[in-house]
Amino acid sequence: MKIKNLIITILLIVLAVVWILPLYWMIVMAITPNDLLKLNSTALWPQGFTLQNFFGVLKIGLTVRWFLNSIIVTVLGTALTLILQAMAAFAFAKMRFKGRQLLFSLTLAGLMVPKEAMFIPLFLMFAQINGHNSYAALYLPRVAIPMGVFIMAQFFKGIPDSVTEAAQIDGATPLRTFFNIIMPMSIPALTSVGIFTYILTWNDFLWPLVSATRKEMFTITTGLASLQGNFAQATELGSLMARGVIAGLPLFILFLIFQRHLIRGISMSSGGKY
Amino acid sequence: MRSKSRINLPVLYFVLPFMVVYGIFQIYPLFQAVIASLFKWDLLTSSMSFIGFKNYLHMFRDPTFWSSLMNTLKFVIFSTPLLIGVGLLFALLLNGTGSKKVLFRTAYFAPYVFSVSIVTLIWGFMFNPQKGLLGEFSRMIGEEPINWLTDPSFAMFAIIIATLWWTVGFNMVLFLAGLQDIDPSLYEASSLEGASWVQDFSYITLPSLRRTLELVTILQIIMSFQIFGQVYILTKGGPGGTTRVLIQYIYETGFRDHKLGYASAMAFILFLVMAVVSFFQFRLSKEEN
Repeated sequence: MKIKNLIITILLIVLAVVWILPLYWMIVMAITPNDLLKLNSTALWPQGFTLQNFFGVLKIGLTVRWFLNSIIVTVLGTALTLILQAMAAFAFAKMRFKGRQLLFSLTLAGLMVPKEAMFIPLFLMFAQINGHNSYAALYLPRVAIPMGVFIMAQFFKGIPDSVTEAAQIDGATPLRTFFNIIMPMSIPALTSVGIFTYILTWNDFLWPLVSATRKEMFTITTGLASLQGNFAQATELGSLMARGVIAGLPLFILFLIFQRHLIRGISMSSGGKY
Repeated sequence: MRSKSRINLPVLYFVLPFMVVYGIFQIYPLFQAVIASLFKWDLLTSSMSFIGFKNYLHMFRDPTFWSSLMNTLKFVIFSTPLLIGVGLLFALLLNGTGSKKVLFRTAYFAPYVFSVSIVTLIWGFMFNPQKGLLGEFSRMIGEEPINWLTDPSFAMFAIIIATLWWTVGFNMVLFLAGLQDIDPSLYEASSLEGASWVQDFSYITLPSLRRTLELVTILQIIMSFQIFGQVYILTKGGPGGTTRVLIQYIYETGFRDHKLGYASAMAFILFLVMAVVSFFQFRLSKEEN
């Protein structure tokens, strides 16, 4: 028994090292001077130390602009997703109206539409109204993916009817009931949907690649990809890796803070138990 | 009539905003794709001419379409069992509580939160025979470094390795959720009977995970079918088109060759294939709830 546990622990440590090593290596290169990396880039301990790579990001190129674009698109997209989808989910779960079942089924059917297969028609649509290279073009299609409606409706169904009925008897309007009573009760579910949406939006690649073709409108995800084919950048490995660290850091911090919520969001979204 | 509209008014502003966005950006594009696929549609000149099903007929005779489809299937067939097997292994090793286990989970899951361009940034250099860690490792054990991304027999394998590292944590999370649902008294009973862990695994764990396994398999097939970013950035479909996948070919047809009608036709076929797979996932989730 003891030996089995020891073997498992060793296996876990080896795998964890394998999984973390590539990330660690990126950070090592990001703090190593570029000219040292030209000679040797495979050292696992920084051969020198500099923050110049990070300061360079602020001065050269559009990385800061891309970073801001990503924040704007992701924050707006996540906020809109949460509000619109929670309201729709609340109506589907707690209100009685004609066509409810039909509309809800239609919404759930949207879960079957693969996002990556739809970029050509979406592109045509935005092209017709000259809507490309705008923030709205980047976040609106994401708001339409009905995952949050599905998760929130499940959650709202678990709230007893007596809660909404009591509010109604007290004379609260449906909007007031929703924002003052239901939303505060739903913070855990909202956080799970929110953090998952945030990560998926921040990491969107194909759609921003197609829609935002002007360099100033790149997101950090497409911007970072655009630097990778560039040979001049390859000679400045440290600067390139520093941009990678900057692009990944906000998500990594969010992940460390909201890890449990994210994991709950993932198992909820796949139709698993929660 | 009046009383009816008074009841429906709050419903309207609860449901309508989302339904409008949903209708425009999720439903309408589907019809748009079908219609566009019936046209010869040039992106640059915006000239359109109706050609019926010619785009679809052309697809069947287009060798690049078939090779892209085959490459995509190759990726799906090799990556899916790997991603499921390793994900299940991680979950089995890390099931239960304890701060050590949480720490390991964090380590294995961490790459999932990063974008595809960070993944390719790291692995593009990992795979580089001169500058990367894999090449260094080869030299350490006295082997010739492999040209992972430029050797046709290794390129797809390299894409699969990077993808495994990136997304296996997602499957691990789903399996961990499934494992938590297994009644612990089952294991207690079997340990009283003196069952080995192999017996536990094959008579309790695996049967109890059947539904989770089906769900993860379908989700993984859907995800793997949509592969694009890793390939597009790491190999551009090369060497010699051996890693060009379907979404990449659709992208190139639309935005490099400017043939939007043909790209729409391929996108619609992709949609049909995936819709069939998703339909099974949908049925499974409904069974659960």
